[in-house]
Amino acid sequence: MTADPLLEVKNLRLSVRTDEGVAQILDHVELTVARGQILGVVGESGCGKSTLARAVLGIFPKAARIESGEIRFEGQDLLALSDADMTRLVRGRRIGFIPQDPYLALNPVFKIGAQLLAAMRWHAAQPTSEAARRAELVALLRRVQLPEPEAVLERYPHQFSGGQRQRLLIAGALAARPALLIADEPTTALDVTTQLEILKLLQALTQEFGVSMVFVTHDFGVVAELCDVTTVMYAGQTVETGPTGAVLAAPRHPYTQALIACHPDRAAALIGIPGQVPSPLAPPPGCRFAPRCPTAADVCRRRRSRLVADAPAHGVNCRLADERLAARQAGVGA
Amino acid sequence: MSERPTILEARDLVVSLGGRRRSLFRPARAPVRAVAGVSLALRQGETLGLVGESGCGKTTLGRTLLGIQREAAGEIRLDGAVVSGLAPALARARRRAIQYVHQDAAAALDPWWSIGRLIEEGLIVAGVRPAGLRRAKVGAMLEAVGLEAAFHARYVHELSGGQLRRVALARILLLEPRIVILDEPTSGLDLSVQATVLRLIAELRARLGLSYLLISHDLSVVERMCERIAIMYLGRIVETGPTRAIFASPRHPYTQALLAAAPRLARVVRPTGLILAGEPPSPRALPSGCAFRTRCPNAAPACAATLPPLEAASHQHWVACLKWREIPERPRPPLVTGAESA
Repeated sequence: MTADPLLEVKNLRLSVRTDEGVAQILDHVELTVARGQILGVVGESGCGKSTLARAVLGIFPKAARIESGEIRFEGQDLLALSDADMTRLVRGRRIGFIPQDPYLALNPVFKIGAQLLAAMRWHAAQPTSEAARRAELVALLRRVQLPEPEAVLERYPHQFSGGQRQRLLIAGALAARPALLIADEPTTALDVTTQLEILKLLQALTQEFGVSMVFVTHDFGVVAELCDVTTVMYAGQTVETGPTGAVLAAPRHPYTQALIACHPDRAAALIGIPGQVPSPLAPPPGCRFAPRCPTAADVCRRRRSRLVADAPAHGVNCRLADERLAARQAGVGA
Repeated sequence: MSERPTILEARDLVVSLGGRRRSLFRPARAPVRAVAGVSLALRQGETLGLVGESGCGKTTLGRTLLGIQREAAGEIRLDGAVVSGLAPALARARRRAIQYVHQDAAAALDPWWSIGRLIEEGLIVAGVRPAGLRRAKVGAMLEAVGLEAAFHARYVHELSGGQLRRVALARILLLEPRIVILDEPTSGLDLSVQATVLRLIAELRARLGLSYLLISHDLSVVERMCERIAIMYLGRIVETGPTRAIFASPRHPYTQALLAAAPRLARVVRPTGLILAGEPPSPRALPSGCAFRTRCPNAAPACAATLPPLEAASHQHWVACLKWREIPERPRPPLVTGAESA
């Protein structure tokens, strides 16, 4: 990638104080989103993918502490901005959010029009007239294929199905013309036929509006459908990132290999991954997958988490990748 | 291949939900026909997959076969004997051989009871005595589902999603069922945990000689686990047959669209016309004739007038569509392998 990435997360370490001790939620997490790109963040529950997505929005759990790292967005370190500046300049305006549960994101007692128009007024770059905003919203609602968009403004959230509510929120997130959309499992609650429609819509809209997207999900199938690039997380670490086709067809990290081998489409025998995900209260040192990894060595327990270039545009966080890189460099040197 | 005997059979089963009068002064709301004439046969030792999107009636059908939901019409036979048309308590008693695993294991288990007590409860209700025998059975069953003896004293909140599924399985398997209805047995589980739970389910079937009705919306799981499948849409079975035949050559336009829409491990290339638009109509206001016609790309005027019967498309493969002979065979779309992008 030659051009400046739109979003770059570097070495992000985040811990949360709990009653039982300090939980190391994110450990040296790295993430890069190019302009116009759809990036999938995949992982099992508790791997920190939602925490990462929220960190980009500047929404942190209570008692959270950023131990190190930066989140660069449009050339600016978001971690250096005050919460007031995040609200005023970034959140909702430059970075839009599509939540998992559209029903919780809409206020049941206000009409759709009132809710979405208020958000547009708040996020508008220049003052605009109410009529102009209304016309723009109606056009957006039409674009997300909601029938009778003018009438939609006068309805309440309960009058829409799950898929329609998700369309409403997509329109709402796009209304401020953000540069980046963050979607946290937005299709998990939907049926497969509805899910496909929403994914196709998101794909078309990101192109049309020139928006990049970070799509958080646990579903490799959704990633395959939608994302250009995929980042896999495990226990708070980024373990692999690369072109989606390459990650799915030829995963290079032992965890990704084991996880994809669990998919019913792929598995020869359903084996699962032996062992348990470590507790963030007492994560193993070095590579957090090492205790379950068939290829673990002593080095793994000392190795600092980092993505190493292992194939074209493909980074892998593993000592095996270190060794492959060293071998390549030795080959070039000889 | 010799035909296995049928052990559980439903004929023209109809289930209505609601419709009871709530107050003297308000008229009753029309009941919803959640299951509208379903015929289904489960054979000895097989796993039959029941597939459909939310609201299609698959869970209601499962509960009715179990005997905790009363049928409005139709017949259910267990081992050839009619077990339908009975009062709820009697219906359940006659269907002891059928047990059900709830889709939300955490909600189905009492948080105040220890795991051991939860598993033992069924034995107490069934009148198994003495307590020593019950404890021995519970211990053996914990081991059979892959949980250590220490789990006996733990509580629901201490267990992970996969462990709770195992407890839920242990709980009903102690009652020695012959038929188990598994309602979304892996929904909400992570991929690596799902793999181990699915493997356990398959192993238990072989070891205990069980037959499964597996309710799921996950086509990858169904393809993996089931010998035969039935696809439901709005209370009716639209297609049923051997899993391999249906995945290779789905004949009903809904099955074709469903198979094409399901996410898979690689990018799917879909021919145009295989992406369904719109949403299913409300079960309160079903369209006349074929319920799928409002979303069907092949709908014709005749579809509004007649209810399509299940017709044999190939050996053991049945489809309920008036136009199925004219619809092109559309195998599951091919995958683009990752090679070109690597």
